[in-house]
Amino acid sequence: MAWMAWTWPTAAFFAFIACTLIVFSVLAIKYPETPRRGILGTETTRGDRVFISLLGSAFINLAWLGIVGENQPWALAVCLVYAAAVFRWV
Amino acid sequence: MEKTVNQKAWFLVLPVLVLVAFSAVIPLMTVVNYSVQDTFGQNQFFWAGLEWFREMLESERMWNALGRQLLFSGIILAIEIPLGIFVALNMPKSGFWSSVCLVLMSLPLLIPWNVVGTIWQIFGRVDIGLLGYTLDAVGISYNYTQDVFAAWFTIIIMDVWHWTSLVALLAYAGLKSIPDAYYQAAKIDQASRWNVFRYIELPKMMGVLMIAILLRFMDSFMIYTEPFVVTGGGPGNATTLLSIDLVKMALGQFDLGPAAAFSLMYNLVILTMAYVFYTVMTTLEKRGG
Repeated sequence: MAWMAWTWPTAAFFAFIACTLIVFSVLAIKYPETPRRGILGTETTRGDRVFISLLGSAFINLAWLGIVGENQPWALAVCLVYAAAVFRWV
Repeated sequence: MEKTVNQKAWFLVLPVLVLVAFSAVIPLMTVVNYSVQDTFGQNQFFWAGLEWFREMLESERMWNALGRQLLFSGIILAIEIPLGIFVALNMPKSGFWSSVCLVLMSLPLLIPWNVVGTIWQIFGRVDIGLLGYTLDAVGISYNYTQDVFAAWFTIIIMDVWHWTSLVALLAYAGLKSIPDAYYQAAKIDQASRWNVFRYIELPKMMGVLMIAILLRFMDSFMIYTEPFVVTGGGPGNATTLLSIDLVKMALGQFDLGPAAAFSLMYNLVILTMAYVFYTVMTTLEKRGG
Protein backbone atom coordinates (compact mmCIF):
# COMPACT_ATOMS: atom_id res chain seq x y z
CA MET A 1 0.00 0.00 0.00
CA ALA A 2 2.94 2.33 0.57
CA TRP A 3 3.55 2.70 -3.15
CA MET A 4 0.05 4.13 -3.56
CA ALA A 5 1.12 7.09 -1.39
CA TRP A 6 -2.16 7.40 0.49
CA THR A 7 -3.04 10.58 2.38
CA TRP A 8 -5.96 11.17 4.72
CA PRO A 9 -7.75 13.69 2.49
CA THR A 10 -7.59 11.46 -0.59
CA ALA A 11 -8.66 8.42 1.46
CA ALA A 12 -11.62 10.42 2.81
CA PHE A 13 -12.44 11.53 -0.75
CA PHE A 14 -12.57 7.96 -2.03
CA ALA A 15 -14.46 6.79 1.05
CA PHE A 16 -17.07 9.48 0.30
CA ILE A 17 -17.36 8.36 -3.34
CA ALA A 18 -17.61 4.69 -2.30
CA CYS A 19 -20.29 5.51 0.31
CA THR A 20 -22.27 7.50 -2.25
CA LEU A 21 -22.13 4.62 -4.72
CA ILE A 22 -23.17 2.06 -2.09
CA VAL A 23 -26.02 4.21 -0.75
CA PHE A 24 -27.43 4.85 -4.21
CA SER A 25 -27.02 1.19 -5.25
CA VAL A 26 -29.00 0.14 -2.19
CA LEU A 27 -31.61 2.82 -2.93
CA ALA A 28 -31.89 1.65 -6.52
CA ILE A 29 -32.50 -1.94 -5.40
CA LYS A 30 -34.88 -1.13 -2.53
CA TYR A 31 -36.85 1.63 -4.23
CA PRO A 32 -36.69 1.08 -7.98
CA GLU A 33 -37.69 4.17 -9.96
CA THR A 34 -38.74 4.96 -13.47
CA PRO A 35 -36.43 7.26 -15.43
CA ARG A 36 -37.72 10.77 -16.00
CA ARG A 37 -37.10 13.38 -18.66
CA GLY A 38 -35.54 16.57 -17.31
CA ILE A 39 -34.26 19.85 -18.72
CA LEU A 40 -31.48 18.07 -20.62
CA GLY A 41 -34.12 16.32 -22.72
CA THR A 42 -32.73 12.89 -21.91
CA GLU A 43 -34.05 10.27 -19.58
CA THR A 44 -32.17 10.17 -16.28
CA THR A 45 -32.30 7.93 -13.25
CA ARG A 46 -31.03 8.71 -9.76
CA GLY A 47 -27.72 7.08 -10.71
CA ASP A 48 -27.36 9.40 -13.70
CA ARG A 49 -28.06 12.39 -11.51
CA VAL A 50 -25.41 11.29 -8.99
CA PHE A 51 -22.92 10.93 -11.82
CA ILE A 52 -23.78 14.35 -13.31
CA SER A 53 -23.52 15.91 -9.83
CA LEU A 54 -20.12 14.37 -9.11
CA LEU A 55 -18.71 15.19 -12.53
CA GLY A 56 -20.06 18.73 -12.43
CA SER A 57 -18.67 19.19 -8.93
CA ALA A 58 -15.18 18.33 -10.17
CA PHE A 59 -15.47 21.06 -12.82
CA ILE A 60 -16.89 23.54 -10.30
CA ASN A 61 -13.95 22.91 -7.97
CA LEU A 62 -11.46 23.36 -10.79
CA ALA A 63 -13.18 26.53 -11.99
CA TRP A 64 -13.16 27.91 -8.46
CA LEU A 65 -9.47 27.10 -8.10
CA GLY A 66 -8.65 28.72 -11.42
CA ILE A 67 -10.87 31.80 -11.18
CA VAL A 68 -11.30 32.60 -7.46
CA GLY A 69 -8.18 30.81 -6.26
CA GLU A 70 -8.82 30.98 -2.52
CA ASN A 71 -11.32 29.72 0.09
CA GLN A 72 -11.62 26.44 -1.75
CA PRO A 73 -14.16 24.96 0.76
CA TRP A 74 -16.75 27.46 -0.55
CA ALA A 75 -16.60 25.67 -3.87
CA LEU A 76 -18.13 22.69 -2.08
CA ALA A 77 -21.08 24.88 -1.09
CA VAL A 78 -21.57 25.75 -4.76
CA CYS A 79 -21.36 22.03 -5.55
CA LEU A 80 -24.12 21.27 -3.04
CA VAL A 81 -26.39 23.86 -4.62
CA TYR A 82 -25.52 22.45 -8.04
CA ALA A 83 -26.23 18.87 -6.93
CA ALA A 84 -29.58 19.93 -5.45
CA ALA A 85 -30.45 21.64 -8.73
CA VAL A 86 -29.45 18.53 -10.70
CA PHE A 87 -31.63 16.32 -8.52
CA ARG A 88 -34.54 18.73 -8.83
CA TRP A 89 -34.53 19.55 -12.53
CA VAL A 90 -32.32 17.21 -14.57
CA MET B 1 -43.06 -13.92 -22.39
CA GLU B 2 -42.12 -12.60 -18.98
CA LYS B 3 -38.42 -12.31 -18.23
CA THR B 4 -37.15 -14.17 -15.19
CA VAL B 5 -35.53 -11.85 -12.70
CA ASN B 6 -32.35 -13.44 -11.40
CA GLN B 7 -29.93 -11.15 -9.62
CA LYS B 8 -27.41 -13.97 -9.20
CA ALA B 9 -26.14 -13.16 -12.68
CA TRP B 10 -24.38 -10.18 -11.13
CA PHE B 11 -21.89 -12.55 -9.47
CA LEU B 12 -20.74 -13.61 -12.92
CA VAL B 13 -19.39 -10.12 -13.59
CA LEU B 14 -17.27 -10.16 -10.43
CA PRO B 15 -14.10 -11.30 -12.28
CA VAL B 16 -14.46 -8.28 -14.57
CA LEU B 17 -14.82 -6.02 -11.54
CA VAL B 18 -11.62 -7.42 -10.04
CA LEU B 19 -9.80 -6.95 -13.36
CA VAL B 20 -11.03 -3.38 -13.70
CA ALA B 21 -10.03 -2.68 -10.12
CA PHE B 22 -6.46 -3.71 -10.86
CA SER B 23 -6.17 -2.19 -14.31
CA ALA B 24 -8.07 1.06 -13.75
CA VAL B 25 -9.33 1.87 -10.28
CA ILE B 26 -6.16 1.28 -8.28
CA PRO B 27 -3.91 3.14 -10.75
CA LEU B 28 -6.43 5.99 -10.86
CA MET B 29 -6.49 6.18 -7.05
CA THR B 30 -2.70 6.33 -7.07
CA VAL B 31 -2.80 9.17 -9.58
CA VAL B 32 -5.20 11.07 -7.31
CA ASN B 33 -2.81 10.50 -4.41
CA TYR B 34 0.15 11.72 -6.46
CA SER B 35 -1.73 14.82 -7.58
CA VAL B 36 -1.81 16.27 -4.07
CA GLN B 37 1.78 15.44 -3.14
CA ASP B 38 5.33 16.13 -4.18
CA THR B 39 8.04 13.53 -4.47
CA PHE B 40 11.77 13.44 -5.12
CA GLY B 41 11.80 9.69 -5.65
CA GLN B 42 12.51 6.84 -3.22
CA ASN B 43 8.81 6.67 -2.39
CA GLN B 44 8.95 9.75 -0.16
CA PHE B 45 5.98 12.07 -0.49
CA PHE B 46 5.25 15.56 0.80
CA TRP B 47 1.80 17.13 1.02
CA ALA B 48 1.25 19.80 -1.63
CA GLY B 49 -2.52 20.29 -1.43
CA LEU B 50 -4.08 21.78 -4.54
CA GLU B 51 -0.82 23.40 -5.63
CA TRP B 52 -0.33 21.22 -8.73
CA PHE B 53 -3.88 21.79 -9.90
CA ARG B 54 -3.38 25.55 -9.51
CA GLU B 55 -0.07 25.35 -11.36
CA MET B 56 -1.61 23.36 -14.18
CA LEU B 57 -4.61 25.68 -14.51
CA GLU B 58 -2.22 28.62 -14.85
CA SER B 59 0.19 26.75 -17.08
CA GLU B 60 0.41 28.22 -20.54
CA ARG B 61 1.92 24.95 -21.72
CA MET B 62 -1.19 22.98 -20.83
CA TRP B 63 -3.60 25.49 -22.38
CA ASN B 64 -1.49 25.57 -25.53
CA ALA B 65 -1.53 21.78 -25.74
CA LEU B 66 -5.29 21.82 -25.20
CA GLY B 67 -5.65 24.42 -27.96
CA ARG B 68 -3.60 22.31 -30.36
CA GLN B 69 -5.61 19.25 -29.36
CA LEU B 70 -8.94 20.96 -30.05
CA LEU B 71 -7.62 22.31 -33.35
CA PHE B 72 -6.47 18.82 -34.35
CA SER B 73 -9.76 17.17 -33.41
CA GLY B 74 -11.73 19.96 -35.12
CA ILE B 75 -9.78 19.71 -38.37
CA ILE B 76 -9.93 15.91 -38.65
CA LEU B 77 -13.67 15.92 -37.90
CA ALA B 78 -14.29 18.62 -40.49
CA ILE B 79 -12.49 16.50 -43.09
CA GLU B 80 -13.37 12.93 -42.12
CA ILE B 81 -17.13 13.29 -41.61
CA PRO B 82 -18.03 14.93 -44.98
CA LEU B 83 -15.43 12.81 -46.79
CA GLY B 84 -16.73 9.62 -45.15
CA ILE B 85 -20.31 10.47 -46.19
CA PHE B 86 -19.15 11.27 -49.72
CA VAL B 87 -17.31 7.96 -50.01
CA ALA B 88 -20.29 6.03 -48.60
CA LEU B 89 -22.68 7.69 -51.06
CA ASN B 90 -20.49 6.67 -53.98
CA MET B 91 -19.88 3.09 -52.91
CA PRO B 92 -21.65 0.36 -54.90
CA LYS B 93 -24.70 -0.78 -52.97
CA SER B 94 -24.47 -4.47 -53.84
CA GLY B 95 -22.56 -7.05 -55.83
CA PHE B 96 -18.91 -7.96 -56.19
CA TRP B 97 -17.54 -4.43 -56.13
CA SER B 98 -19.33 -3.55 -52.93
CA SER B 99 -17.48 -6.40 -51.17
CA VAL B 100 -14.18 -5.30 -52.70
CA CYS B 101 -14.81 -1.74 -51.46
CA LEU B 102 -15.69 -2.93 -47.97
CA VAL B 103 -12.54 -5.04 -47.66
CA LEU B 104 -10.30 -2.29 -49.03
CA MET B 105 -11.86 0.28 -46.73
CA SER B 106 -11.38 -1.85 -43.63
CA LEU B 107 -7.68 -2.35 -44.29
CA PRO B 108 -6.42 0.91 -42.72
CA LEU B 109 -8.55 0.23 -39.64
CA LEU B 110 -6.71 -3.04 -39.03
CA ILE B 111 -3.21 -1.55 -38.97
CA PRO B 112 -1.76 -0.93 -35.49
CA TRP B 113 -1.21 2.70 -34.53
CA ASN B 114 2.57 2.60 -34.35
CA VAL B 115 2.75 0.92 -37.75
CA VAL B 116 0.55 3.67 -39.22
CA GLY B 117 2.95 6.20 -37.70
CA THR B 118 5.97 4.41 -39.17
CA ILE B 119 4.35 4.11 -42.61
CA TRP B 120 3.72 7.85 -42.75
CA GLN B 121 7.04 8.74 -41.20
CA ILE B 122 8.80 6.93 -44.04
CA PHE B 123 6.21 7.96 -46.69
CA GLY B 124 6.85 11.62 -45.91
CA ARG B 125 10.64 11.50 -45.88
CA VAL B 126 12.23 13.61 -48.57
CA ASP B 127 15.12 11.19 -49.22
CA ILE B 128 13.34 7.81 -49.44
CA GLY B 129 9.59 8.45 -48.98
CA LEU B 130 7.28 8.53 -51.98
CA LEU B 131 5.24 11.51 -50.76
CA GLY B 132 8.17 13.59 -49.54
CA TYR B 133 10.32 12.78 -52.56
CA THR B 134 7.53 13.58 -55.05
CA LEU B 135 6.60 16.86 -53.39
CA ASP B 136 10.26 17.82 -53.29
CA ALA B 137 10.73 16.86 -56.94
CA VAL B 138 7.85 19.06 -58.13
CA GLY B 139 9.35 21.95 -56.21
CA ILE B 140 7.10 22.09 -53.16
CA SER B 141 9.11 22.59 -50.01
CA TYR B 142 8.05 19.88 -47.61
CA ASN B 143 9.88 18.80 -44.48
CA TYR B 144 7.80 17.64 -41.55
CA THR B 145 10.71 17.66 -39.16
CA GLN B 146 11.34 21.39 -39.56
CA ASP B 147 8.25 23.01 -41.01
CA VAL B 148 5.23 23.43 -38.71
CA PHE B 149 2.74 23.44 -41.58
CA ALA B 150 4.22 20.29 -43.12
CA ALA B 151 4.16 18.53 -39.74
CA TRP B 152 0.48 19.38 -39.20
CA PHE B 153 -0.32 18.46 -42.79
CA THR B 154 1.30 15.06 -42.29
CA ILE B 155 -0.41 14.11 -39.02
CA ILE B 156 -3.80 15.27 -40.31
CA ILE B 157 -3.49 13.41 -43.62
CA MET B 158 -2.34 10.37 -41.66
CA ASP B 159 -5.38 10.47 -39.40
CA VAL B 160 -7.70 11.04 -42.36
CA TRP B 161 -6.13 8.06 -44.15
CA HIS B 162 -6.42 5.90 -41.04
CA TRP B 163 -9.95 6.72 -39.91
CA THR B 164 -12.08 8.06 -42.78
CA SER B 165 -12.99 4.46 -43.62
CA LEU B 166 -14.58 4.07 -40.21
CA VAL B 167 -16.89 7.03 -40.90
CA ALA B 168 -17.54 5.75 -44.42
CA LEU B 169 -18.39 2.24 -43.22
CA LEU B 170 -20.75 3.58 -40.55
CA ALA B 171 -22.42 5.93 -43.03
CA TYR B 172 -22.65 3.06 -45.53
CA ALA B 173 -24.41 0.90 -42.94
CA GLY B 174 -26.85 3.78 -42.36
CA LEU B 175 -27.49 4.13 -46.09
CA LYS B 176 -28.07 0.40 -46.57
CA SER B 177 -30.83 0.46 -43.97
CA ILE B 178 -32.99 2.87 -46.02
CA PRO B 179 -35.84 0.94 -47.70
CA ASP B 180 -36.20 1.33 -51.46
CA ALA B 181 -39.71 2.76 -51.03
CA TYR B 182 -38.21 6.06 -49.85
CA TYR B 183 -36.22 6.45 -53.06
CA GLN B 184 -39.22 5.48 -55.17
CA ALA B 185 -41.36 8.08 -53.43
CA ALA B 186 -38.64 10.66 -54.01
CA LYS B 187 -38.53 9.73 -57.68
CA ILE B 188 -42.30 10.16 -58.03
CA ASP B 189 -41.98 13.58 -56.42
CA GLN B 190 -39.12 14.35 -58.82
CA ALA B 191 -36.86 15.25 -55.93
CA SER B 192 -33.39 16.47 -56.88
CA ARG B 193 -30.29 14.55 -55.84
CA TRP B 194 -29.59 17.15 -53.15
CA ASN B 195 -33.12 16.89 -51.77
CA VAL B 196 -32.87 13.10 -51.61
CA PHE B 197 -29.68 13.51 -49.61
CA ARG B 198 -31.01 16.31 -47.42
CA TYR B 199 -34.44 14.85 -46.59
CA ILE B 200 -33.98 11.08 -46.86
CA GLU B 201 -30.38 9.97 -46.57
CA LEU B 202 -29.05 12.45 -44.01
CA PRO B 203 -31.88 12.02 -41.46
CA LYS B 204 -31.64 8.24 -41.80
CA MET B 205 -27.86 8.36 -41.30
CA MET B 206 -28.04 10.72 -38.34
CA GLY B 207 -27.84 7.96 -35.72
CA VAL B 208 -24.71 6.30 -37.06
CA LEU B 209 -23.15 9.66 -37.95
CA MET B 210 -23.56 10.79 -34.36
CA ILE B 211 -21.72 7.68 -33.25
CA ALA B 212 -19.02 8.32 -35.86
CA ILE B 213 -18.56 11.94 -34.76
CA LEU B 214 -18.34 11.09 -31.07
CA LEU B 215 -16.06 8.09 -31.66
CA ARG B 216 -13.69 10.10 -33.83
CA PHE B 217 -13.71 13.05 -31.44
CA MET B 218 -12.89 10.90 -28.42
CA ASP B 219 -10.28 8.88 -30.25
CA SER B 220 -8.55 11.91 -31.70
CA PHE B 221 -8.68 13.65 -28.33
CA MET B 222 -6.65 10.82 -26.83
CA ILE B 223 -4.33 10.30 -29.80
CA TYR B 224 -0.73 9.61 -28.88
CA THR B 225 1.13 6.98 -30.85
CA GLU B 226 0.81 8.16 -34.45
CA PRO B 227 1.90 11.80 -34.06
CA PHE B 228 4.53 10.69 -31.56
CA VAL B 229 6.07 8.28 -34.06
CA VAL B 230 5.93 10.77 -36.95
CA THR B 231 6.91 14.10 -35.39
CA GLY B 232 7.68 13.34 -31.74
CA GLY B 233 5.65 16.46 -30.92
CA GLY B 234 7.90 18.72 -33.00
CA PRO B 235 9.08 20.87 -34.64
CA GLY B 236 9.45 22.62 -31.28
CA ASN B 237 6.14 21.99 -29.60
CA ALA B 238 4.07 22.46 -32.76
CA THR B 239 2.44 19.03 -32.74
CA THR B 240 2.65 18.33 -29.01
CA LEU B 241 -0.91 17.23 -28.34
CA LEU B 242 -2.28 16.67 -24.85
CA SER B 243 -1.21 13.07 -24.32
CA ILE B 244 2.26 13.66 -25.78
CA ASP B 245 2.70 16.60 -23.41
CA LEU B 246 1.47 14.49 -20.52
CA VAL B 247 3.95 11.70 -21.19
CA LYS B 248 6.78 14.24 -21.55
CA MET B 249 5.85 15.73 -18.19
CA ALA B 250 5.36 12.45 -16.32
CA LEU B 251 8.11 10.26 -17.75
CA GLY B 252 10.48 12.74 -19.41
CA GLN B 253 10.72 15.23 -16.58
CA PHE B 254 9.44 12.91 -13.85
CA ASP B 255 7.17 15.69 -12.53
CA LEU B 256 4.74 13.20 -11.09
CA GLY B 257 2.61 15.69 -9.12
CA PRO B 258 1.85 18.15 -11.94
CA ALA B 259 1.48 15.29 -14.42
CA ALA B 260 -1.01 13.59 -12.11
CA ALA B 261 -3.05 16.80 -11.78
CA PHE B 262 -2.86 17.26 -15.56
CA SER B 263 -3.99 13.70 -16.25
CA LEU B 264 -6.90 14.00 -13.82
CA MET B 265 -8.19 17.09 -15.61
CA TYR B 266 -7.65 15.35 -18.96
CA ASN B 267 -9.52 12.35 -17.56
CA LEU B 268 -12.42 14.56 -16.50
CA VAL B 269 -12.82 15.88 -20.03
CA ILE B 270 -12.72 12.34 -21.47
CA LEU B 271 -15.19 11.16 -18.84
CA THR B 272 -17.59 13.97 -19.75
CA MET B 273 -17.35 13.09 -23.42
CA ALA B 274 -17.80 9.40 -22.70
CA TYR B 275 -20.97 10.23 -20.79
CA VAL B 276 -22.28 12.39 -23.63
CA PHE B 277 -21.44 9.55 -26.02
CA TYR B 278 -23.29 7.02 -23.88
CA THR B 279 -26.32 9.28 -23.42
CA VAL B 280 -26.61 10.09 -27.11
CA MET B 281 -26.33 6.42 -28.05
CA THR B 282 -28.93 5.22 -25.55
CA THR B 283 -31.28 8.07 -26.48
CA LEU B 284 -30.98 7.19 -30.17
CA GLU B 285 -31.55 3.51 -29.42
CA LYS B 286 -34.74 4.33 -27.54
CA ARG B 287 -35.94 6.41 -30.46
CA GLY B 288 -35.24 3.40 -32.63
CA GLY B 289 -32.71 5.29 -34.77
